[in-house]
Amino acid sequence: MSEIILTAKHISKKFHDPVTVKILDDISFNIKQGDFVSVVGKSGCGKSTLLYILSTMDTDYEGELLICNELVTGKKEKQLARIRNEKIGFVFQFHYLLNEFTVLKNVMLPALKLNKLPAEELEHKAMERLKILGIDQLAAKKANQLSGGEKQRVAIARALINDPLIIMGDEPTGNLDNKNTGIVFDIFKQLSAEFHQTLLIVTHDQSFAANTNRIIEMEDGRIIK
Amino acid sequence: MNLKLIFNIAKSLLLARWKQTLVAAIGVTFGITMFITLLSFMTGLNDLLDGLILNRTPHVRLFNDIKPNKNQPVNLDTNFASSYNFIQSVKSNNSRQEIYNSGAIMQAIENDDRVLGYAPKISAPVFFNDGSIDITGAMNGIDVLAETKLFFFNDYIVAGNAADLKNIANSIVLGVGLAENLLVSIGDVIQVTTAKGQQFSLKVVGFFQSGLLEYDKTQSYTSIGTAQKFLGKANYYITDIQVKLKDVTLAPAVAKEYNLKFQADAEDIQTANSQFETGSAIRNLIAYAVGITLLIVAGFGIYNILNMMIYEKMDTIAILKATGFSGNDVKLIFLVIAVSIGLFGGTLGLLFGFLLSSVIDQIPFNTAALPTITTYPINYNPMFYFIGVGFSFITTYMAGFFPSRKASKIDPVIIIRGK
Repeated sequence: MSEIILTAKHISKKFHDPVTVKILDDISFNIKQGDFVSVVGKSGCGKSTLLYILSTMDTDYEGELLICNELVTGKKEKQLARIRNEKIGFVFQFHYLLNEFTVLKNVMLPALKLNKLPAEELEHKAMERLKILGIDQLAAKKANQLSGGEKQRVAIARALINDPLIIMGDEPTGNLDNKNTGIVFDIFKQLSAEFHQTLLIVTHDQSFAANTNRIIEMEDGRIIK
Repeated sequence: MNLKLIFNIAKSLLLARWKQTLVAAIGVTFGITMFITLLSFMTGLNDLLDGLILNRTPHVRLFNDIKPNKNQPVNLDTNFASSYNFIQSVKSNNSRQEIYNSGAIMQAIENDDRVLGYAPKISAPVFFNDGSIDITGAMNGIDVLAETKLFFFNDYIVAGNAADLKNIANSIVLGVGLAENLLVSIGDVIQVTTAKGQQFSLKVVGFFQSGLLEYDKTQSYTSIGTAQKFLGKANYYITDIQVKLKDVTLAPAVAKEYNLKFQADAEDIQTANSQFETGSAIRNLIAYAVGITLLIVAGFGIYNILNMMIYEKMDTIAILKATGFSGNDVKLIFLVIAVSIGLFGGTLGLLFGFLLSSVIDQIPFNTAALPTITTYPINYNPMFYFIGVGFSFITTYMAGFFPSRKASKIDPVIIIRGK
């Protein structure tokens, strides 16, 4: 039995503007080490909202969130930032690379923030990640010189740099064409299979979801499957 | 806290928009440049104008004022001890103008630690005979060396030589206005009459120009010995002792003390020239107000640019926060940006301020009132430079504070979900 990484206990969230709408209703589930989970559902079913609560960025909810059996709910902003830095990697629909920096520096940034290893070692580590994703030849380029698919791969490398417990993705292929969607999906698959990386991906792409180990299907703020 | 990383990110953000940054920095540079130049020039002028009067005014002046006798007979009558007596019958006829026991007093002043130096002086009203008319004037018998050392007498001599007063017997230095009226030049001999009617011939050895026209039309200087001879007095006769202190702020206290100790009237510089201090203080205040206004305007410039930068860099802030930078880190990044604009602009401002004041220092400025001044006066007080840098630091910090606080409060979820 593998270890439980993330636990959601009775998570609910309401929007109050202009009228009170319950967007998430009593959601509970676990994610285990090595799981490749996709969250699917129609637009507005609350799947992204759930992801941002699980990512610790959204703190306005009811219920409890545990990461590695440690209660995260109610922690201070600074501690949450530390948890995100150390334990969670993000890939968004948009790449969010910093145009002022090179690809290598973009990848290194979260690790520099964590400040556990010296810069030379980090550089080596970042190059390794880029190599796994097949984009090590782009390391010295500025982020705005890359194509859309390349940018998303750099974003994945950035998510991997601190060896996170879990990678969270919010529609990571939403902005990509079929070819690049395939590449990104293969990367996720490879991470899951070869490195036993835990992944939690929100998507509305059914064919993407169908290839994952576990599908969480949501409708109207509830998990239906 | 990983400060190196914070500085690194701040630097990249700054350099990515270097034109904007430069504009903001130029705002600060301009503010500081004008601040430094304005203050240097203003205080330079102030010092000059104050020096015009204050350099030549003793910090404490000892003299004997002509006053009615304090011991009026009615005061001595015990019957009226508790009454207010306004009958004054004894006039001030016999009171002497000289300072009693002047030698001992000068000795005591010499030994006083607070005193920088003293200069004895004799002043007497005289008439300068110019053909059939007499010009009323005043003669000051001075110790040329002490006067030059303490009150910069030499600076005001525009023709001839001050030392000749000492070296040539029966010599006189005339104010330029007076000399013009008498139609004399150096080497001429003039006739001078005392108030008591004795006539003397004195040789003109120099002209002085104080900058105060009225003063230059009536005053003249001779040596103490000549003045004593001229007035028919013995060599202990002195009417004024001018004292210069090491610390001018002590003057009122010292004046009070000397008044009691030496039984002579003592006047301090603050009482004699209070209006000059007020004038300088207000001029300085205006200069500071204008300088600080310039800096505050520069501060608003930085505030605007940072605000814009934060709107532009919303994505950057969001991803920094998503990947583990805390609100504090983000705040620090923008504060570092603001303060480095301030320090860079401020340092350049100091340099330009110094250059601009040096340029003003070279501009010719000739006026009849100020014979020793040839260029505009500048006060290179390091204090202004410290204030300038300190203030540029403070304004840019304040200008950066609110935008960076705003940046720290940006919710990454809103930005990321908004895409």
